Amino acid sequence: MKCRKCGEAAALELRRHNAAFCVPHFTEFFRKQVREAIHHYRMFTPDETVMVAVSGGKDSLALWDVLIEEGYPTVGLYLDLGIFDYSRESREKCEAFAAARRQRLLIERVDAAIGAPIPEVQKATRRPTCSACGLSKRYLMNRAALTHGFVVVATGHNLDDEAATLFGSVMHWQTDALSRQSPALASTHPKLVRRVKPLYRLSELETAAFAFLRGIDYIVEECPFAAGATSLAHKEALNRLEAASPGVKHNFLFGFLEKARPAFERGQDVELTECASCGQVTTGEICAFCKLADQVKRRSTPLTRPSGDPSQ
Amino acid sequence: MKVILRYPKREVEIAGRRRVKELLKELEVLPETVLVIRGSELLTGDAVVGDEDVIELRPVISGGGRDDRP
Repeated sequence: MKCRKCGEAAALELRRHNAAFCVPHFTEFFRKQVREAIHHYRMFTPDETVMVAVSGGKDSLALWDVLIEEGYPTVGLYLDLGIFDYSRESREKCEAFAAARRQRLLIERVDAAIGAPIPEVQKATRRPTCSACGLSKRYLMNRAALTHGFVVVATGHNLDDEAATLFGSVMHWQTDALSRQSPALASTHPKLVRRVKPLYRLSELETAAFAFLRGIDYIVEECPFAAGATSLAHKEALNRLEAASPGVKHNFLFGFLEKARPAFERGQDVELTECASCGQVTTGEICAFCKLADQVKRRSTPLTRPSGDPSQ
Repeated sequence: MKVILRYPKREVEIAGRRRVKELLKELEVLPETVLVIRGSELLTGDAVVGDEDVIELRPVISGGGRDDRP
């Protein structure tokens, strides 16, 4: 298979684009897609410091790598979830990445904020682990950005993540979720920072290939709590469709963003207020994170309270 | 050839030359879900692999919580 650009041996075939690229032209293609995403949604300007939420996985580290290479001022944010060896290894990957590129990495511990590491939250509240984890991450990303004075947070969500989320929302016709799904969510309240997803034009295969070809040392192992997650079932269904009809995931997501989303957006105005407990943004009196933390506090035994090492 | 798979991590031995896309089909792996790695290079579906090769099929799919606003 030959590179579409130069005719040299290809490293990756992109069936949805009916193309294949060699290593230099694939990395050029990848960066161009990120630039296009940033430009199209006006995600941030060259003067704004971007807080990049990093997990140690391929997507977020690939994103951070591109933004650094493109010359954007960045700072990393790692949220230590306290998920045993997985968190310890992923944190080490982020620290090594940041040190090698002389970038600043902020670290927030979930157990310090919520009263227990993520594995204990499910036991204390019976809320599904991925749900509690996602809620905590969104809350702490926003809070960390506000605390440190950053106006934009970038996450490594890719095309597959976005297509799977869309698929799940459509399966249940969650119109509120459909109205909010976008590669760029503007700040609609002084305490809600802008959140952007510069990798939304790139598939999971492409971000993994980019990370590998750039020599990024990322955590390959999956989070131990992800097994059986609904999002993975949705991704599998979409990948079966993709194998039969290349480009179907792209068309599903981009068709929604271009044609359908505006219709959902119009009917979903909600009033944002500040949580009476923590002051962060919510639609009710007490935000979901404070409710979760309160549940943990009330139901935890002393053994599940945070210890010195979140992975213990 | 030796093929390294993950989740769980394991190795399988497969004899004979074949194209990568045929190997993936035999192992019932969707092409969009793995990087096909030989040493420091990525292989495309039409690349031929043989008995002396060590091939890693590295999953690219990650998942977990849904994306949403606070």
